[in-house]
Amino acid sequence: MNTRTLELMVGLFVAAGIAALFMLAMSASNLSSYGGDEGYTVKARFDNIGGLKTRSPVSAGGVRIGRVTEIGYDMAGYEAWVTMSIDPQYDAFPIDTSASILTSGLLGEQYVGLEPGAEDEYLASGSVITLTQSALVLEQIIGQFLYSKGDE
Amino acid sequence: MVETILNRTQMLGRATLDGFARLGRASLFLLEVLSNLGGMLKRPGLLIKQLFSVGVQTLIIIVVAGLFVGMVMALQSYYALVDFGAENSVSVMVVLSLLRELGPVITALLFAGRAGSALTAEIGLMKTTEQLSGMEMMAVNPIERIVAPRFLAGVIAMPLLAAIFSAVGVMGGYLVAVELLGLDAGAFWSQAQENVELIDDLGNGMIKSLVFGVVVSWIAVFEGYDCIPTSEGLGQATTRTVVYGSLAILVLDFVLTALMFGK
Repeated sequence: MNTRTLELMVGLFVAAGIAALFMLAMSASNLSSYGGDEGYTVKARFDNIGGLKTRSPVSAGGVRIGRVTEIGYDMAGYEAWVTMSIDPQYDAFPIDTSASILTSGLLGEQYVGLEPGAEDEYLASGSVITLTQSALVLEQIIGQFLYSKGDE
Repeated sequence: MVETILNRTQMLGRATLDGFARLGRASLFLLEVLSNLGGMLKRPGLLIKQLFSVGVQTLIIIVVAGLFVGMVMALQSYYALVDFGAENSVSVMVVLSLLRELGPVITALLFAGRAGSALTAEIGLMKTTEQLSGMEMMAVNPIERIVAPRFLAGVIAMPLLAAIFSAVGVMGGYLVAVELLGLDAGAFWSQAQENVELIDDLGNGMIKSLVFGVVVSWIAVFEGYDCIPTSEGLGQATTRTVVYGSLAILVLDFVLTALMFGK
C-alpha cells in the first residue's frame, strides 16, 4: 500500500472518530441546551425538598430556565438551602417570585418551579427567594388523608 | 514432609518476587517508552503507519459490534420498559449505557483481541528473530523506532474507536426503536438529549477509553518486548496480552466507574 492511500485512510479514520464524537455531543447529549455556568445564582429555603437533587431542572411556566447547583442544610434554621443557577437571558424575575418543588408526572423527577411575582425589582445574583412551597411527600399526604377519613 | 512444605513456600515466594519484578520491569519500560515519544516528531510517518494498522483495520469489527450491541440494547430495554409505559426511555437506556460502559469497555476488549495481540506478536517476533538487537547494534533505539509509535497509536486510536462504537450503537438503537418497534423519532432524540450530560457521560466515557488505551497498549507492547524469544514464548506472550488486557480493562472499569459515577 502506498503512502498516499495509507495516509488517506488514517485521515478518514480520525475524521470519522471526531465526527462520531461530534454527533454524540450534538444529538445524543445536552450540548444544545448547555448554557454553561455563566447564569446568575439564586437561593431559596425549603422546609422539605423531597427528592430534589443537584442538576435538577428549574423551570418557569414549564420551560427549563436553569438548574439546581447546590443543596445544603442550614442548622441554624433547620431548613434546606437550594442554590440554583438561572440562565442569563432570564434576568427579569420580580423579587417576590415564589419557588415550589413540583413533580413532573405522577412518578417523575422533581424540579423547582418558579412563579413570577409582581414587584418592580428583579432577582439578581445572590438573591434569596423567600416565598417557597415544600415538596409534597406522598407518605404525609396519605397519612393526612387516612387521618381525615378516620375523623368522619 | 517439612522439606515439601519448605519447597512449596519457596515456590510461592519466588512466584511473588517474579511477579513484582515483572511489574517493575513493565513500569520502567513504560517510562522509557514515554520518554521516547518525542522521537515521533522527527518521523510522523511511523505513527501514521501504526495508526493505520491499529486503528483503521480495527474499524470494521468495531462498527459491526457497535451496530449490533446498540440494536440488542434497544430490543431488550424496550421489553423491560414497555410494561411501565416508559418505552420512550429506550433511547436514554441505550445512549447512557453505550456512552458510560459498553462503548469504552467493549471497544477496549475488542481492541485487546484484535490490535493488542497483533502488536505483541509483531514486536515479539522481531525480538525472537533478533531484529531488535540488530537495531541496537546499528545504534537505532528500538524503543523509539518500534515500540513508541505503536504505543502512541494505540492511545490515540482507542478513544476514536470508542466514539465510533457509541455513535454506531446509537444509530443501531435508533433503527430498532424507531423503525422496528415504532417508537417516535422525536421522543427518541429529545429523551436522550434531556438525560445525557455532555461532560458527565460523554466526557467520562472518553476518559475511560483513554485510560483503557494506555493500559492495553502498554500491556501489548510490554508483553511483546519482554517475551521469551522462542516460538512457544511468543505464543504465551500473545495469550497474556489478551488475558491480562481484558482483565485489566474490566477491573479498571469498575474502579473508574466507582470514581466517576459512584456518588
